[in-house]
Amino acid sequence: MFKVFKYLKSAEWLMFAVAFVFIVGQVWLDLKAPEFMAEITRLVQSPGSKMSAIWTQGLYMLMTAFGSLAAAVITGFVMSKIAASFSQRLRSKMYDKVDAFSSAEINKFSTSSLITRTTNDVMQVSGFMAMGLQTLVKSPILAIWAILKITGKGVEWSVATAVASGGIILLLTFLIVLVIPKFKKMQTLTDNINKVTRENLTGLPVVRAYNAENYQQAKFERANKELTDTQLFTSRGMAIMEPFMGFIMGTLTLAIYAIGAILINKAAPMTPIPGTNPIEFDDPGGRLVLFSDMMVFSSYAMQVIFAFMLIAMLFIFIPRASVSAKRINEVLDTPLSITQGSVEQSIGGKNGDIVFNNVGFKYPGAADYVLQGISFTAKQGETVAFIGSTGSGKSTLVNLIPRFYDATEGEILLDGVNVRDYRFETLRGKLGYVSQKAVLFTGTVKSNVAFGAGMTPAPGNFVRSEITDQQIRKAIEIAQGKDFVEKLEGAYDGQIARGGGNISGGQKQRLAIARAVAKNPEVYIFDDSFSALDYKTDRLLRKALKDELKTATCLIVAQRIGTIMDADKIVVLDEGKIVGQGTHRELLKSCAVYKEIAASQLSEEELKKGSAL
Amino acid sequence: MSEPTRNNNQQMRRPMAGMGRGGPMPGIVEKPKNFKLAIKKLTRYMKAYLVVMIVALVAAVAGTVLRIMTPDYVKKITNEVIKGLGGTVDMDTVWTIIWIVVGLQLVALLLNLVQGFIMSTVTQKISKRMRTDISMKINRLPLKYFNGASYGDVLSRVTNDVDTIGMTLNQSIATLVSATTMFLGVLLMMFVTSWMMALTAIGATFVGFILMMVIMKASQKYFTSQQEELGKINGHIEETYTGQAIVKVYNAGPMLKRDFESINTKLYRSGWKSQFLSGLMMPLMAFVGNIGYIAVCVVGAVLAMKGIITFGVIAAFMIYIRLFTQPLSQLAQAASNLQRTAAAGERVFEFLDEPEMENESAKMKRLENVKGAVEFKNVRFGYDEKIIINDFTASVKAGQKIAIVGPTGAGKTTMVNLLMRFFETQGGQILLDGVPTTEVPRENIHEQFCMVLQDTWLFEGTIRDNIVYSKQGVSNEQVEEACKAVGIHHFIQTLPDGYNTILNDKASLSEGEKQLLTIARAIIKNAPLLILDEATSSVDTRTERRVQSAMDKLMDGRTSFVIAHRLSTIKNADMIIVMRDGDIVESGKHATLLQKGGFYAELYNSQFETA
Repeated sequence: MFKVFKYLKSAEWLMFAVAFVFIVGQVWLDLKAPEFMAEITRLVQSPGSKMSAIWTQGLYMLMTAFGSLAAAVITGFVMSKIAASFSQRLRSKMYDKVDAFSSAEINKFSTSSLITRTTNDVMQVSGFMAMGLQTLVKSPILAIWAILKITGKGVEWSVATAVASGGIILLLTFLIVLVIPKFKKMQTLTDNINKVTRENLTGLPVVRAYNAENYQQAKFERANKELTDTQLFTSRGMAIMEPFMGFIMGTLTLAIYAIGAILINKAAPMTPIPGTNPIEFDDPGGRLVLFSDMMVFSSYAMQVIFAFMLIAMLFIFIPRASVSAKRINEVLDTPLSITQGSVEQSIGGKNGDIVFNNVGFKYPGAADYVLQGISFTAKQGETVAFIGSTGSGKSTLVNLIPRFYDATEGEILLDGVNVRDYRFETLRGKLGYVSQKAVLFTGTVKSNVAFGAGMTPAPGNFVRSEITDQQIRKAIEIAQGKDFVEKLEGAYDGQIARGGGNISGGQKQRLAIARAVAKNPEVYIFDDSFSALDYKTDRLLRKALKDELKTATCLIVAQRIGTIMDADKIVVLDEGKIVGQGTHRELLKSCAVYKEIAASQLSEEELKKGSAL
Repeated sequence: MSEPTRNNNQQMRRPMAGMGRGGPMPGIVEKPKNFKLAIKKLTRYMKAYLVVMIVALVAAVAGTVLRIMTPDYVKKITNEVIKGLGGTVDMDTVWTIIWIVVGLQLVALLLNLVQGFIMSTVTQKISKRMRTDISMKINRLPLKYFNGASYGDVLSRVTNDVDTIGMTLNQSIATLVSATTMFLGVLLMMFVTSWMMALTAIGATFVGFILMMVIMKASQKYFTSQQEELGKINGHIEETYTGQAIVKVYNAGPMLKRDFESINTKLYRSGWKSQFLSGLMMPLMAFVGNIGYIAVCVVGAVLAMKGIITFGVIAAFMIYIRLFTQPLSQLAQAASNLQRTAAAGERVFEFLDEPEMENESAKMKRLENVKGAVEFKNVRFGYDEKIIINDFTASVKAGQKIAIVGPTGAGKTTMVNLLMRFFETQGGQILLDGVPTTEVPRENIHEQFCMVLQDTWLFEGTIRDNIVYSKQGVSNEQVEEACKAVGIHHFIQTLPDGYNTILNDKASLSEGEKQLLTIARAIIKNAPLLILDEATSSVDTRTERRVQSAMDKLMDGRTSFVIAHRLSTIKNADMIIVMRDGDIVESGKHATLLQKGGFYAELYNSQFETA
């Protein structure tokens, strides 16, 4: 937990020191007020006291009340400032770190976990900073100080307070040990309900086709019962808290008065001093002091109990915040596996040539290679396709070029330079990459197609300055998106919702392709980008790309033979190794794996047509 | 490794955007559209527990009343002590009072425990019934409903909204009753004890509360803007992290970072203000208590000096003031809780009140020993008045194969939905062995079909459970035979627990293996008709082949409707239904359609033509 505090700046430590002083001040003032009440009590019980003396004491009390409030306000102000700037910095650090992560690190955590860590976990820690830290400091001081005020005045009173505090601690321990853990279990059971319901929803047609509604309902009821049973336990457990709290406080107040009565009765009685007017009393047994103590001790006792309650609350909050802090530290302490080189310019004369030299890749710690002994060359303007079954490593292979992962063996040359030697910006500036699942960003059609570096400075308007509307339109046209974009409300300025939620999958993919085209890169990487398109669009798109992008190198990962039949070179992968390289026709003759794939997708007629050509 | 194929379920599990659990910020309460109606509907759920709930509420009132009586006895003790300051304290009287108060406290404790127990039990039972009702409702809604609604929406009603109801209802009803009792009771007792002191206490408390209200009001806008900025930054983070590969290749990091920092700074500004203001609540509450305490002490002292009140009154009022400030904030809390209950209830009832599928319990007719002849007679269907299938007529003999083809999004599944009566036709009829499908209950139609969809659907449970599914009386031998038939028996045997292997996120099967399991499930069902949705992409060539041969086996002897992607299926079909933009544009045999040179010919040629 406290490891995360190393990200605090010294100014914030200083502010925290200020807050500490005010916290102590507040406790002092809070415990001061009953003392004035004791004085008032004494005054009232002493005949002849002046009314003005009572008003004076009242004024003092009022001043402590305002003083305490002021101290609390200042503490709150300082702490919330610290918490907010700390969480701002932490969030920013997390964001930068994740931005620098390569796919290896991202997969280690998973994207959704990283999102939760940057958002919820940072919130948890900052919430603890603002409220919890204050309590952590204040409650022990308050408890000890208040106990000190009582002890020494009467052992009986201290014992009563101790018994009541013990009762509270027992009650809270019961809740913390028995009930709170069930809350965690409840979360799992709620997830379970979620899972069963989601299962039913996603399989709705199947459930109905098999008339399995009752089967699913029975499953749901099991989960529902489990959840309800746990919830019954927790809510019944929590339901005992308030009644017992009230009982303990009520009884403690009574006990203090009762003890007072006994103590006063034991002490020697007060006697009037003869000849005084107004009558003054001799108080050998200190009865008046005992009486005023009795009047104010319930206040102190309440403070003690209040302090213990706060401490107990911390036992609930600290573990939560500390888990969050740990999760944040895990991210921030992860070393980066991929760092950039220094080359900003490629060797002249070469544009879009890619060479794989005996490239191998395996995950750190893994026994098996994902890719092994991969060698091939793609010359400028060539189209090279990769095909193979799931797990053959074709996607991993193209991901090595933008350095999402680094090859563990061999070298990859782009324009004659090892990709590791480039600065990230230079390397990635050469590439146009389209992923299997289209990724779009909140904004407009235009801002998505013109996405990337060199934008105009206006925030929220991320259009690359060097790209014209003309170029954007052209890119969309090549990507076969013209028709649907022009039908959108606002056409090229039409809004794209978060994640492209307002257009279809095929449309998203076409915009993603347009984004690559608009970049005008040396090398295109299509990582299985065509599978989401229907055959017809796929064909038109490939034709347009071929006509327009004669000078660019094209790497295509595909599942459909139809998509890649006309590539200059097809690389067939099986279990991470190249099992065939050549054109469609050559491979049909020479490569068994390719033939197998082709046979499953093409009719005999097409196969004959392919080999006859 | 993030190779393309992944479980469908996993893609849907979107990371939580926003705050997640932990409740909303103070000061922001979601308002229901129609508070009264929601509460009225909620009371219907409570009806079964009316008697116990009344018991609980009576206990709440009684417990509170007993607690209110305590300070009066404290006053009496104090006065006894003062009387005895100059001599001896009447300890007998004091002890009597003490035992009375201890008795009162114990009874109050018992009553409050009873109340808490009953209310928490009742609310959890209500929550359970609501969840059951929602889940059953899912099965009674037409499939069409789910085309428009997101799963997340339904899910959040089952969990979040019902949870909210369970939590807030538990706290609000009893609190409302006991806090009101406390407020009125203390008010009464204060006036009975000393009206001057009562006015002092009320005056001081209200001054404090007004102060608090002013601050709360002022802070509202910061809460709102913090909430907004938080939503924005979470959205931004989610988007950037999810699209990280793209952000990198397009060198868009710096530009997105600038955007991030601008939101982050705004969040800092609204964040510390709302944090600060919400942090003020506790000290302010304490301050209100203090002011009340001081007013009672000072004014009480003055009045006691003048002999207007006894000193015991001050002692009593020191407790009254604590009891008096409590219910005010509790009432405010309970009121906002009730609002949240109503808002959540509204969402739950909105779902429960959705129109359901027609009740078919009156239909006595049943189809039995179906041969598998299907006839479409002038079938009409459309979404929201937009007719997409207009007057489709065709006749299919038992055992024939019908291929449904068309580009993505052409509405091929509409045909499946109509056949299965997931959707009802808007005109015309579909006849099964000469009987209109609308004349028998839906379950009876479902019984006649095997169905294998492209999105393989498996659930968490053993492999055997997944294959047998809802079918009764299936022997282990039958399961194994079905798996042998589709060629997955050997694979299952290699798994550590064989047929008892539990399928979940960890035990991941390949897409092809999953497909084989769903085909085995269909074989076990062994219905006379078949609906088959062929996979579009080749996942793994070897499994692919097994899947295809398994599908062929399944089609054998069954009237089959196949959403087809394979040429062999299409060419061998007895009839091809060609769909485009949701409409049936052509139907007939392969050769005939090719000759016609229409949309089918265009589609067919485009698939294998080189660019």
